[in-house]
Amino acid sequence: MTETFYEVLRRQGITRRSFMKFCSLTATSLGLGSAFVPKIAHALENKPRTPVIWLHGLECTCCSESFIRSAHPLTKDVVLSMLSLDYDDTLMAAAGHQAEAIIEEVKKKYKGNYIVAVEGNPPLNEDGMFCIHGGRPFVEVLKETCADAKAIISWGACASYGCVQAAKPNPTRATPVHKVITDKPIVRVPGCPPIAEVMTGVVTYMLTFDKIPELDRQGRPKMFYGQRIHDKCYRRPHFDAGQFVENWDDDAARKGYCLYKMGCKGPTTYNACSSMRWNGGVSWPVQSGHGCIGCSEDGFWDKGSFYDRVTDIKQFAIEGNADKVGGTAAGVVGAAVAAHAAVTALARARGDKQGDNQNSGDK
Amino acid sequence: MLSQQDMLEAERHGRQVRSIYVYEAPVRLWHWINALAMVVLAVSGYFIGKPLPTLPGEASDNFLMGYIRFAHFAAAYIFAVGLAGRVYWAFVGNHHSRQIFKLPIFNSHWWSEVFFELRWYLFLEKQPKKYVGHNPMAQLMMFFFFTVLAFGMLCTGFALYGEGLGLGSWADRLFGWVIPLLGGSMQTHSLHRLGMWIMMSFVVVHVYAAIREDIMSRQSLISTMISGWRMFKD
Repeated sequence: MTETFYEVLRRQGITRRSFMKFCSLTATSLGLGSAFVPKIAHALENKPRTPVIWLHGLECTCCSESFIRSAHPLTKDVVLSMLSLDYDDTLMAAAGHQAEAIIEEVKKKYKGNYIVAVEGNPPLNEDGMFCIHGGRPFVEVLKETCADAKAIISWGACASYGCVQAAKPNPTRATPVHKVITDKPIVRVPGCPPIAEVMTGVVTYMLTFDKIPELDRQGRPKMFYGQRIHDKCYRRPHFDAGQFVENWDDDAARKGYCLYKMGCKGPTTYNACSSMRWNGGVSWPVQSGHGCIGCSEDGFWDKGSFYDRVTDIKQFAIEGNADKVGGTAAGVVGAAVAAHAAVTALARARGDKQGDNQNSGDK
Repeated sequence: MLSQQDMLEAERHGRQVRSIYVYEAPVRLWHWINALAMVVLAVSGYFIGKPLPTLPGEASDNFLMGYIRFAHFAAAYIFAVGLAGRVYWAFVGNHHSRQIFKLPIFNSHWWSEVFFELRWYLFLEKQPKKYVGHNPMAQLMMFFFFTVLAFGMLCTGFALYGEGLGLGSWADRLFGWVIPLLGGSMQTHSLHRLGMWIMMSFVVVHVYAAIREDIMSRQSLISTMISGWRMFKD
């Protein structure tokens, strides 16, 4: 049986007396009467922590790398105290059949009451043979594991959108999780990788409130993906002022002007980098002088150069952007109009001459 | 609805009164306000995608990009309100005011007129015909390259505007669905910009055709959009 919160607290050296004080304090701060103290204590003593199964599909483990660097809350607190991370083949001690048996056990014991966190995505070509998990195609493991889950978290751009393995021409047909699992609530946490605190934040929210956070139109938690990088960027005043870095080594770059002209994808990217930053708030891409590459957006590998604002539109030409395609079209139309006007003038002049001849003939 | 009736009207009136009232005042007013808004939108939009050279001095002393974006958004509101008013006028105005909103595609005679106009523009017809409103070819172009495109620009534009206003804003609620549909914010930006170039190409053709027909077609065009009256020259 998974430990309850009370058992975890006791294990970490908190006395029964301190625990009851905490319950009283919680009831008081929530504005509840003294009758609620035993109820809170009862809940903490009896409510089992939600088990989480963390699966790895076609991915690079950068999401896990990010996750273990979380500072608020510390990853150790999340993993050891808050949630019951029952299965994560990268972090767990068990291996082989022992490890795989845990998935079966969780599925049976917590039917409809566990969370599946998916890092990476299933490739569907060749019956899923491009990603093998415990001797079976990952897509099968994913479907089986998710069948009895309460909710699913899609970690990173891979699980949310497909990321680099789904970039054109996508030889393995890597497919985002929500296109394979269609009957469960899915929280998408895109990014390559997502910010550590965003990951632990989403997990903490789901465990604390026992529900999925409010999602936007694309299934991302509004609290972290509600605004663009651009909206909270500390270089935004330079954008509004019209002050841009024109070259990587110019004076404007040294002064920290806006990176818009260097192809920064901040204005088209929804993420929390500019407000939460990375590595415990130390820095983030724009702060270190490079534009955002839009890693938390759908199909960001296929959206032209990281260093253009008006980027290539692949449908039209190998290297055609809106200005090249549209500008050329406008130029061609302009030339055609000029030619048409010239022909019209000629035809008209000839017509006039004939008309004149006729007129003179009449005379 | 258009051609045959117009032809008869033009032929009949052309000989007798030599002028017909075509474009009512709201249509004319809208045309010029819309034209001005489009110029502002195209120029400011171009510089939003490809900004002007960097300005010196403190960020707090400058607001160039802010003013350019303000011009774009202000012109966009005028464009949108104008278009809404124009749609309203299509319901209450005369039958010419409905021309750019619907095509009589099931009318075979109308199609033959389209091809006649095509031949006329390709110098294969000696004498042009007279029309009271738009000629069928112009109507076809108007419908696709102005009306349809304008609504496309409106939807993509307000969707992008909604990104700035934020989640749950009116623009996000009304037009936010456009962005995932087109494959993301970057794609929406690219298509919106491409739409600008198509619109500008249309403007070139539109202005040229108006001037050319004014000279060639024995009827007034440019002054018609100012006075409302179509004059027949013979």
